[in-house]
Amino acid sequence: MKIQKQKNRKLLKGSTTAGLLFASPWLIGLILFYAYPLIASIYFSFTDYSILQPGTFIGLNNYKDLFNDQLFWKSIYNTIYFAVYFVPLSIFFGVALAMALNMKVKGMGIYRTIFFLPTLVPHVALAVLWMWLLNPGFGLVNEILGVVGISGPSWLGSVTWSKPSLILMSLWGIGQPVIIYLAGLSDIPEDFYEAAEVDGANWFQKTFHITLPLLTPVIFFNLVMGVIAAFQQFTLPYTLTQGQGTPANSLTFYVMYLYDNAFKYFKMGYASAMAWILFLIIMILTAIIFASSKRWVHYQDK
Amino acid sequence: MEPKIKKRLQVIAAQACLIVASAFFLIPFLWMLSTSLKDITQVFTFPPEWIPRPFNWENYVEATEFIPFFTYLKNTVLITVFSTIGVVVSCPLVAYSFAKLEWRGRNSMFIITIAVMMIPAQVTMIPLFLLFNKIGWVGTSLPLIVPAFFGVPFSIFLLRQFFRGLPDTLRDAAKIDGASEFRIYWQIMLPLAKPAVLAVGLFQFMASWTDFMGPLIYLTNDLQYTLSLGLQQFQSQKGTEWGLMMAVSTMMTLPIIILFFFLQKTFIQGITFSGIK
Repeated sequence: MKIQKQKNRKLLKGSTTAGLLFASPWLIGLILFYAYPLIASIYFSFTDYSILQPGTFIGLNNYKDLFNDQLFWKSIYNTIYFAVYFVPLSIFFGVALAMALNMKVKGMGIYRTIFFLPTLVPHVALAVLWMWLLNPGFGLVNEILGVVGISGPSWLGSVTWSKPSLILMSLWGIGQPVIIYLAGLSDIPEDFYEAAEVDGANWFQKTFHITLPLLTPVIFFNLVMGVIAAFQQFTLPYTLTQGQGTPANSLTFYVMYLYDNAFKYFKMGYASAMAWILFLIIMILTAIIFASSKRWVHYQDK
Repeated sequence: MEPKIKKRLQVIAAQACLIVASAFFLIPFLWMLSTSLKDITQVFTFPPEWIPRPFNWENYVEATEFIPFFTYLKNTVLITVFSTIGVVVSCPLVAYSFAKLEWRGRNSMFIITIAVMMIPAQVTMIPLFLLFNKIGWVGTSLPLIVPAFFGVPFSIFLLRQFFRGLPDTLRDAAKIDGASEFRIYWQIMLPLAKPAVLAVGLFQFMASWTDFMGPLIYLTNDLQYTLSLGLQQFQSQKGTEWGLMMAVSTMMTLPIIILFFFLQKTFIQGITFSGIK
């Protein structure tokens, strides 16, 4: 009897062979597309390497050069500026939108599609479209501002306004996190709200005592993803400025400068050092977010 | 009577908020549509006009001749379809293994998978470029397709969450009846995971369809370009072909909008975060 039971348990748990077999595509992918490049990238960062010539080991020189590279610091400043404003704004508006889109209102399918639209427009077109909406001479935005008597700035042409413009444009594309918040909202059991209503809770209390606390795991997920995405900003500023980061490098973002070093100047070693610094920055930020999460992320026990 | 009125007012307030917010998201899109139907003299009219006069449908024809549209469309479709197939085939297998099968090292492998999501693509980009260059894949679409068959961490994560929500008893019953692991996966678990697989497939489809940096790095011959890359050709030293560019953008966007509109319910259902720990 006991042996039979043990046999059954073993049978039910399944074998290591099956598990490994099922996971094998990813285990191979992990080595080929992550582990190998990661290690290679560390090595390259210590070399002087153009594609045409094999790398020569130069120790920490790439890192030293970066330290004295004005444009490197400028691109870090731009990227952090963007992240500091964009990430909190995208969480605030993302959650608010998802809550609005989770209501039981007629025609919700259409509203949801509208919010997702900008995510579906190719980024190149998005960039060109906004370049034009924000044009100081004949753009729609200044036209509308003009109606209320404000004379708008030259947005993308001015060093002060170029980054805020980009933040505005990027907020337009928060469809993907909104979808994930929506999924999180639909995971919250309906009876929590019903119980609260019986107790006479108003909208405010329900939002701050049920919805937001239970949504924190999803907010956490989107926060981590948002930070990573903000630091990887590339296509929008690249196409907006045709790779130049104009005006006055105010739109030269970290990854754009990395791309230029790698694929324009073929300084593969220098670019690899930049990639590693980016990795470290993101790792440190992620670690801070993880460490703080114990204080504010609530898991719903199931 | 009173709570009923209150409820009604709430719905009206909600509708109003949604309509105002929708405008913000819709305006640039409508502007794209409107521009795609304007001729060049009307594009620069000031103040801007919403309705093209007359509707200049020729932009759509002209745009397909200005760039090798159908070649680019074919390239885009091929890359998108194959990379989506890759993700849809590989990720559920791996996710199922992480969620339901027991093997040594499984949990640490899963933690590594989550950690890998945090590696910026730019870190792996250079060594991968050099690797693909060495084996002669730069200048082909293979670097944009093949990796998808080896799994994408974000998709594996989403699918694992979904599989974990499926009851174990289903699997146990089939096991006692003598079904193999693969049969259980293929005939019981995978069909149940359809919404999640669809969600992951759609995410990949959209990512590949609008990808810019990947094709920019790997495609060297302009006959291999994708539409996203091809759009750049409407911008030149002489200026931008606004109407034509917006016509192509509209043609690129419409199919996915329709896809999303019809699939959104399943799509949202397929993403589950219950039990993230």
